[in-house]
Amino acid sequence: MIKLAIREEQIKELKNKIKTHKEKPGPLMPSLHDAQKLIGCIPYEIQKMISKELNIPVAKINGVVTFYAQFSLEPKGENIIGVCLGTACYVKGAQAILDKIGSELKIKSNETTDDGKFTLEATRCIGACGLAPVMTVNEEVYGNLNVSKSVEALNKHKEGAIND
Amino acid sequence: MIRSSEELVKRYNETKGKILNRAGLETNGRKEVLVCGVAGCKSLKSDTLVERLREAISDNGLDIEVKETGCFGFCEKGPIVKVMPEDIFYSQVNPKDINEIVESHLVKGEVYKKKLYINPETKKAIETTKEIPFYKKQVKIALRNCGFINAESIDEYIGAGGYQALAKALEMTPQEVIEVIKESGLRGRGGGGFPTGIKWQFARNNESQTKYIICNADEGDPGAFMDRSILEGDPHSVIEAMAIGAYAIGANFGYVYVRAEYPQAVERLELAIEKAKREGLLGKDILATGFNFDLEIRLGAGAFVCGEETALIASIEGERGMPRTKPPFPASKGLWGAPTIINNVETFAVIPEIIKKGSEWFKGIGTKKSSGTKVFALVGKVKNTGLIEVPMGITLREIIYDIGGGMLKGRKFKAVLTGGPSGGCLTEEHLDEIVDFDRLKELGSMMGSGGMIVLDDKNCMVDIAKFYIDFMVEESCGKCVYCRIGTKRIYEILERITSGKGKPSDIDELEQLSQGVIDGSICGLGQTAPNPVLTTLRYFKDEYIEHIEDKRCSASVCKDLINEYIITDKCTGCTICAKNCPVECISGERKEKHTINNEECILCGDCFSRCPFDAIVTR
Repeated sequence: MIKLAIREEQIKELKNKIKTHKEKPGPLMPSLHDAQKLIGCIPYEIQKMISKELNIPVAKINGVVTFYAQFSLEPKGENIIGVCLGTACYVKGAQAILDKIGSELKIKSNETTDDGKFTLEATRCIGACGLAPVMTVNEEVYGNLNVSKSVEALNKHKEGAIND
Repeated sequence: MIRSSEELVKRYNETKGKILNRAGLETNGRKEVLVCGVAGCKSLKSDTLVERLREAISDNGLDIEVKETGCFGFCEKGPIVKVMPEDIFYSQVNPKDINEIVESHLVKGEVYKKKLYINPETKKAIETTKEIPFYKKQVKIALRNCGFINAESIDEYIGAGGYQALAKALEMTPQEVIEVIKESGLRGRGGGGFPTGIKWQFARNNESQTKYIICNADEGDPGAFMDRSILEGDPHSVIEAMAIGAYAIGANFGYVYVRAEYPQAVERLELAIEKAKREGLLGKDILATGFNFDLEIRLGAGAFVCGEETALIASIEGERGMPRTKPPFPASKGLWGAPTIINNVETFAVIPEIIKKGSEWFKGIGTKKSSGTKVFALVGKVKNTGLIEVPMGITLREIIYDIGGGMLKGRKFKAVLTGGPSGGCLTEEHLDEIVDFDRLKELGSMMGSGGMIVLDDKNCMVDIAKFYIDFMVEESCGKCVYCRIGTKRIYEILERITSGKGKPSDIDELEQLSQGVIDGSICGLGQTAPNPVLTTLRYFKDEYIEHIEDKRCSASVCKDLINEYIITDKCTGCTICAKNCPVECISGERKEKHTINNEECILCGDCFSRCPFDAIVTR
C-alpha cells in the first residue's frame, strides 16, 4: 500500500476552503469534495479534522464518505486507468478490455499496483458513448478501442511512468 | 449589465446579426468555422483542430472566426468541423486535413470534398448538414443551440433569442406561467414522465417563506449523455428556465446538482452562471421586475441513487444519498423542509421555447399524451451513434434504421434497450411501435432519461440482464431489504445461469424475486431494478432455457460456456482476427484459412466479434 504523507499547507488550504463552505447551508459535501481533490483521499484523520471544523460527528462524516463512490479512504495510484463499463461500452466488449488491462497490471479493478503507479477502475458511463468502448488514463480519453489497442495505450503510459 | 427588458432587446439587436448570418437567414457576408469542443470530439483532440484552424486562417491572411461549440450529435463521425453559413459538414477531421480545408474552402471558396460525409447507401458525398440522413428526421428543441452557438458566450445565447422567455414570463403572473406549462403537456424528461406544470402547481400552492428549485443533472444512466451535452452546449437555456420556474413557484434560490464525472459540464455551467450574474440576469431585481433569483452548483459524488429526488435532496443537505418515503413529496417538503421543485436538465432546456412560442406550438409536436420531442443517446451496434432529438411518436424503426443508418457491419438486429438499468428491452416485433412515455411502459420498458442501446445477435440477453442487475447491486443504497439483498440474490442466480450451473427452477425464482424487489422497495430505483430481468425473460426466455438446459450461449458471450473458438471453412483469410488478437495466437497466410492456437487463447472473444464472415464459432 502507498504511504500517505499529508503536508501542513494542504491541511491549511483545506481548512480555509471549509471556512467558506461553512457560510452556506449544507457545507459537508463541498468540503469532502475539496478534501478528496486536495489530498487524494479522505482518511480518518482528515474526517476528524472536518468533524471539528463543521461540528458534525465523525461517525456521520464517515457514513457519508463511505456512501459515495467518488470519495476514497486510501490514496490512489499515480495514474488512474478507468475502463468505462457503461452499457454502450459494455455491449461493445469493454469487459474483455478491463480483464486484459487487469491481467497486464496483475491487479483487479479498484486495486492499485504494488509500486503505486497504477490504479485500475471500472468506471461508470463517462458520456463518450459515441466512441464506445472507451478507457481513460488520467485525463486522456482513448476511444473506439479493442483489446490490443487498449494494451498499446497502457504501454504508452507504462513507459511514461518509467521515464518519470 | 442588462437592467430591463428594453435593454435585453437592445442587446439582442446588437448580437443577433452574427447568429442570423450563421443560420443563413440574413447575411453579413462573413464565414465562420464551428468545431465541436465537447464529449467525443474533445476526446479525439478537437482542441488541436481549433488551434490549427486559427493558425492556418491567419497564415492565409484571412479574418474568419473559429468557434468551439457544443455537441453536433453525430459523434460517430467526430471530430466534426462545420463552415457556416453554408453549413458544410466535414467529418472525421484530422489536424493534417486543416490546411487543405482552409486553402480550398476558405481561400478559394471550393468545398473540400475529401472530408465530406459519404452517404453509405448511395456512396455519394453530402455537403450540407441538413441533407445528411442522420439529421433529416430530427426536430431540435432542447438541443436547439447545441453545436450552433459558442456555449461560453452569453451574447451568442442572447443573439439567438435567449433570456427573452424569462423577460416574457416576468411580465406574466406566476399562475399564467404555470398554465402555459400545464397546457403544453410537458412531461418530465428525467424518466418519470410526470407533468411538469402540475408539479409546479403543487409547489406554488404550498405557502412558504422559502422555496427551492433544483436542476437534476445527476445523469447516471450508463449509456446516456444528453444532460451532459446540454450543459456543455447550451448552459444558459437551463439557467433561464430555472429562473422562469423559480418565478412560477415563488422560489428565490436554486441548485444545479451535477455529476462530478462531468468536469467540462461543471466548468461551462460555472462560467455561464458567473456571466448571467454579471449581466444581472441572475441576482437581485432581475430586469427591473423586483424578482430575485440566485443559483449555485452542487456536485454529486458518484451515487446513481441520487438521481432520485429525495436522495438528491439528502445529498445536498450533506447526508448519505438515501431516498425517503413519499408523500410528503418534495413539492411540499423538500430541501431543508421547504417546498422544492426538481426538474431534469432536458425538461428545463425546452421550457424557454414553450414560453416563447406558446403551448399550442409545443402540443403540435409529438403524440397526444406525450407532447414535444425527446433526446436520445443512440448507441451500441448501430452505424450512426450519437445524440438525437426526435418528435415523440416516431417509430423505433425510424430511429434505428433511418437515423441510426441500420445495424453495424450488417449484423442482425436483436433488441434495443431503453430506460437504462430501470428499463428493459424491445425486440424486432416492436420495431414499428411508436416511442412515447405510455407506449414504452405498456411494452414493459420505459422512456427513462433517454439511453437507447442497440444490440445485435452477438449480444447475450442473459448477460445484459446480469450487467444491469450488477449495476443495481452496487448502486442500491441499502435502505430497503428487498432492494439491497434481493438484487444481490438475482445477480447470483444470473451468475449461476451464465456460468453453466443454472437450474430449471431458476426462472421461477427470478420472477418471484423480481416481483418481491418491485413490491418491497420505496423508491424508483428498487421498484424498477428488476425490469431488465423481467423484460429479457418475457421476450428472450428461450435464451435463458438454452443457458440452463443446453449449457450453451448462442451469442458466445458467456465465457464459462465456451470451451474454445474455432475458425471454420467460411474463413477467407482476411487477417483481421490475426492482426487484432491481443495474445497473437491466430496464425495463417493471407487469403488462406486461419487457425487458433487454443493453448494460448484467452477466450477474449475479440476475433469472434470482429470476423466479418461469421467464420469463427465456439464449442
